[in-house]
Amino acid sequence: MICYLTTGKQMLFYGSFGIVLVLLVVTAPVALLFGFSGALAARSRITPLRWVGRAYTAMVRGVPDIIFFLFVPIAMDEGIEYVRNRIKCPDWNQPVFAGNEFHVCAAAKMPLNSAPQIYHEIYGFSLAVIAFAVVFGAFAANVLYGAMQAVPRAQLETAEAYGMTQAQVTRRVLIPQMWTYALPGLSNLWMILIKATPLLFLLGIEDIVYWARELGATKSTVYAYPHPDWRVYYFLVLLVFYLVMTKLSEIVLNRINRKLSFGQATAGGEALRKADI
Amino acid sequence: MKKLILTAAALVLSAGVAAAETVRMGTEGAYPPYNFIDDNGQVAGFERELGDKLCELESLTCTWVTNDWDSIIPNELSGNYDTIMAGMSITDERKKSIDFTQAYYPPAASAYLSMTPDADLKGGVIAAQTGTIQAAHVAETGATLAEYATLDDTIAAVKNGEADAVFADKDALKPFAGTDGFQFVGDDVALGDGIGIGLRKSDTALKDKFNNAITKMKADGSLNKLLVKYFGADALTFKN
Repeated sequence: MICYLTTGKQMLFYGSFGIVLVLLVVTAPVALLFGFSGALAARSRITPLRWVGRAYTAMVRGVPDIIFFLFVPIAMDEGIEYVRNRIKCPDWNQPVFAGNEFHVCAAAKMPLNSAPQIYHEIYGFSLAVIAFAVVFGAFAANVLYGAMQAVPRAQLETAEAYGMTQAQVTRRVLIPQMWTYALPGLSNLWMILIKATPLLFLLGIEDIVYWARELGATKSTVYAYPHPDWRVYYFLVLLVFYLVMTKLSEIVLNRINRKLSFGQATAGGEALRKADI
Repeated sequence: MKKLILTAAALVLSAGVAAAETVRMGTEGAYPPYNFIDDNGQVAGFERELGDKLCELESLTCTWVTNDWDSIIPNELSGNYDTIMAGMSITDERKKSIDFTQAYYPPAASAYLSMTPDADLKGGVIAAQTGTIQAAHVAETGATLAEYATLDDTIAAVKNGEADAVFADKDALKPFAGTDGFQFVGDDVALGDGIGIGLRKSDTALKDKFNNAITKMKADGSLNKLLVKYFGADALTFKN
């Protein structure tokens, strides 16, 4: 049993939990950054910038996630290779889009064919992070935009009365106060992000669901450890993992929520004030 | 220290460029004994051993990558890897989008596997893997086709009663026959023109190399030896 649980393949399964956690840790801030820029752009007083912000949230939220996960990485990959082809092989005379093939010179491949597999995986992973960030950033942008609108006008007006410029009002009053309104929406997104990670497999990254399926599948005698269909046990492990992740997130988010509500003119802030007295 | 590491890294990278052409071999990794992920997490099976041998003969450096069966052709076309060695039968349908080398596995028998000896193969529900020649064949027989993403899912479907029988490559089904009451039913069916290496149509040089190597291995009998090693004494072999 111990031997079985420590085979190289099992190790890859354990490692894939790490991949999922890294994806979450990297994607969340990047998506938040996308969302923040999107929300600020949508509120901007410069009309074209406002259009960009609004178009971003409207388009990404309106298109099914799965299409974005298939489209964004492929489009970026081909875009990068197209540019590299232009730079590295100026005398490349064959058509890049030849029928159904995408055809660039060997030196323009990203990463190079000769690069070790690990670089291919890191590259694929980065594309996945960007795809996730684009999609979740659009949702976050809408949440943050709503939160900015929810900050009481009186607060901003007071700041203006003190002679602050528009930028100062945004930086010193609007942004610090909006988080308490944004947190419920953002926590929703975080929970959805945790559960969306199996989409990684669409991008060729072997995540926990892939390995659970692969390891649990019926193994005939060509394998060192033949066994019947064990998928149900592997999926039970995943169930526990996802539930633990959800519970932990809940605890952390509750703490943040408490901290943000402190001193705010909201029901949450009022409850904290009363509890203090 | 940092400089040392950088120099080492640069050396490794430049050495990689100087070495022989690197070919990325794409496979599914879920179709034993053709290709599967062994207990060390490596690609193994008949195609792994054959592919490595072919690369050795043509002094190519080969690395193996796995890809989902459903997207194995599109991802090759976009250049994620250069070859497909995944038990892929040569068919006219596939020849429209990719090229094949000559067959490295003779036209194989497909068979029905069921848990009941009198399964209705003509009017019942037959499970097959999506996008395979077997799935296309089931659709033509008039039976109800139930498609699944992997071979293992098709077996599971028969086990839990969703389908009456599974239709797939006989060699892929053999390990399951005799377990859990599974048995072959009906007659074997010959489909396709054998299994070849799938390549992009523009990769003619690579195609010539692999064709050349396969011819060599057919001539000296080593391909037949490999077929017997993986598919048993009664395996289909090439006659010269």
